[in-house]
Amino acid sequence: MLRIENLEKRYQTGDLALKSVNLEVPKGQVMALIGPSGAGKSTLIRCVNRLVEPTAGKVFLGDLELAHLGSSALRRARTRMGMIFQEYALVERLSVMENVLSGRLGYVGFWRSYLRKFPQSDIDEAFNLLQRVGLDHMADKRADELSGGQRQRVGICRALIQNPDLLLVDEPTASLDPKTSRQIMRLICELCEERQLAAIINIHDVLLAQMFTRRIVGLQLGAIVYDGPPDQLSPDVLTQIYGEEDWEATIEATKDLDEDEADVLAVAEKVIGRPGAPS
Amino acid sequence: MPTRDHNGSKIWHLRSTKHQLAVWFGWLLGVAIFVYCWRLISDKTIWFFVTDAPKQAADMASRMVPPKWSYMDVLWGPVWDTINIATIGTMIAIVIAVPVAFCAARNTTPSVHFVRPVALFIIVASRSINSLIWALMLVTLIGPGVLAGVIAIGLRSIGFCAKLLYEAIEEIDHSQVEAIIATGASRGQQLSFGIVPQIMPAFAGISVFRWDINIRESTVLGLVGAGGIGLQLDASISTLAWTQVSLILLVILATVIVSEWVSAKIRHAII
Amino acid sequence: MNQPVASRTWKRPPFIQSALLRWGLWVCLAIYLALAIGSMEIDWGRVGEGATRSTRFIAAFFPPDFSSRWDSIYEGIMESLWMTITSTVVGIMLSIPVGLGAARNLSWRPVYLFCRGILAVSRTFPEIILAIFFVKLFGFGPFAGFLALSVGTIGFYGKLLAEDIEDMDPVQAEAIKSVGAGWLQWLNYAVQPQVMPRMIGLGIYRLDINFRESAVVGIVGGGGIGATLLTSFDRYEFDSAAAILLVIIGIVMVMEYSSGYIRRWVQ
Repeated sequence: MLRIENLEKRYQTGDLALKSVNLEVPKGQVMALIGPSGAGKSTLIRCVNRLVEPTAGKVFLGDLELAHLGSSALRRARTRMGMIFQEYALVERLSVMENVLSGRLGYVGFWRSYLRKFPQSDIDEAFNLLQRVGLDHMADKRADELSGGQRQRVGICRALIQNPDLLLVDEPTASLDPKTSRQIMRLICELCEERQLAAIINIHDVLLAQMFTRRIVGLQLGAIVYDGPPDQLSPDVLTQIYGEEDWEATIEATKDLDEDEADVLAVAEKVIGRPGAPS
Repeated sequence: MPTRDHNGSKIWHLRSTKHQLAVWFGWLLGVAIFVYCWRLISDKTIWFFVTDAPKQAADMASRMVPPKWSYMDVLWGPVWDTINIATIGTMIAIVIAVPVAFCAARNTTPSVHFVRPVALFIIVASRSINSLIWALMLVTLIGPGVLAGVIAIGLRSIGFCAKLLYEAIEEIDHSQVEAIIATGASRGQQLSFGIVPQIMPAFAGISVFRWDINIRESTVLGLVGAGGIGLQLDASISTLAWTQVSLILLVILATVIVSEWVSAKIRHAII
Repeated sequence: MNQPVASRTWKRPPFIQSALLRWGLWVCLAIYLALAIGSMEIDWGRVGEGATRSTRFIAAFFPPDFSSRWDSIYEGIMESLWMTITSTVVGIMLSIPVGLGAARNLSWRPVYLFCRGILAVSRTFPEIILAIFFVKLFGFGPFAGFLALSVGTIGFYGKLLAEDIEDMDPVQAEAIKSVGAGWLQWLNYAVQPQVMPRMIGLGIYRLDINFRESAVVGIVGGGGIGATLLTSFDRYEFDSAAAILLVIIGIVMVMEYSSGYIRRWVQ
């Protein structure tokens, strides 16, 4: 679905954020992108929908090459890629419903969107999505009245109503508490499963990445240093990605536990410092 | 509720019908008021002059170039006066504005029921009258000249400075003051240790900001006889000496730009 | 182990470190004040005369005379109000495209410079100077005042709009871009909701400023209450002047209270 070839990004300051990255994400695959702050995770996904202009390389969405599209073709291509942001990025003074419907902007003309006269099918879909994430009763609340977890759900609805082929998810849980983080991650993964979406999830929480995705890519200083299943993420690999630290506890926590128990225990581990070992 | 069920699918509107009508009605009312005002103005306008204006403007512009540079010798004095009006006027205003502000701020006023309303009235009266009107008044009362300009600028600026300053005083961090009170300090000590250090940057910023505005305003006070470069502007326009007018406009422009630069520098140095 | 510490003196460190500079500044200030005050030619005899006039003027407020010149006061106030409303509306409408163009984060560089130029020019000269020229060009009356206030509004409002757009949250703007919205849709969904509340507040504030300014453009023939006020001062009719001043203060106070109310309501 998505194929990235020799993607490179050099900022005007001269910093090389991405060094010739090659990556392929097939249809229906949810992939976690891990790495320390400043590794270029955010730059990578922003180069895909060109919120950041790549300096070299190619990006293919299906058969369409994105890196050299003109502005109107780029807009059409962007409608096929949903994006979910770290700080939710809802337009705070618009209502929940307007925020969700703003995902359809690429499909309706200016005057229709200005008068808020969206096609009934869009509105039905918006209500379906809000119901799916449990927020249909909040449709007319203003976005800044919502809690963090609720805002992120609205952000997910906005991305999904685009009817995208690909989801770009940028640190979805960074501003959330541990429990909500898990709920949001589970929701994103379930929705991708239901709709057979490809997704790239930027995440710095290795535990969450291991718990919810089947493929992990490690990025360090703009280059891919690991690409494989979560259970092969050894302390050596983590050290290579993040630097020296004691990784045993992190890996222990996910072994031999089913997900829900892991949820609770991982939180406990974070608080207390040692994982328990229930039979 | 903006949403309602219709044939099984929910229909969504941004606003309920009643709200939507209110919005439309508001717009209608606004447009009607505007059109009405415009009609009244247009009735008082001689449209022949308006259609003739581009020609007039071109004519005036051609008479304005080149500026009469030699006239500059006469202008140095008025420029000096203009700067003095703004500077001394601002100083006077600050000296008076500080006690007024402390009386007007809810947390420092000696009496909420008597002193505060008086202080607030001083602020409103000073602010609502333009400095040109103050100058007009003072020229009638104490005669034309720089002094009228200085007092006019001073009176107009009291309200401005006092308003911003008392808002700054009301927004201070109260816990710092509490800490000073807890040491057993007297009211005067609370003021000088708890409140003054917190409002000092705001105070300096407000003074410089007002000085900058006052330079602009003092360039026109001469139009009513209150000194400064406006006197020359008025005289040159009434004698149709357009080359002098263009030079004066350039001088005003330069003064304003320099004062803006100076105030930006000072603000930078303080903060 | 603990040596007795010799008693140390402490003085609050001065704001300006260098003593020379500190004293130099004071001396400069003193010289400046001496020169400035020395150069003011004050006719003390005339100022002394002012004392009696001032008491007359203050006495004129108790009570002010609304009735004898009521017709011209009413007409002047109405003219001022029309000018205020029309110039605020027209000025704001014109300043929106200029302000959008002058915002660095959504404008193309040549357009940005051009719009910034317009703003700088319209902000430099006080409304009253603009009014003098518009009176020369368009004749006496409220139209000239209306134009002067509109131009002043463009400079004021356009600059603040541009700054507000430059300060908006870029992530919200990015989010709307990422769904593939067009430029106008992006303005409507990402920019407008963010800047609207503050801009409504500033619009009302500008209405307030325009009313105050409309009271002075009359002095140079631009219509409004200023002309009436000038006449009554010229004729030394202090009780009518007092009435006019009270009307102006009253209207400004009403505007200020209602604007505070509206601003809270918009939030």
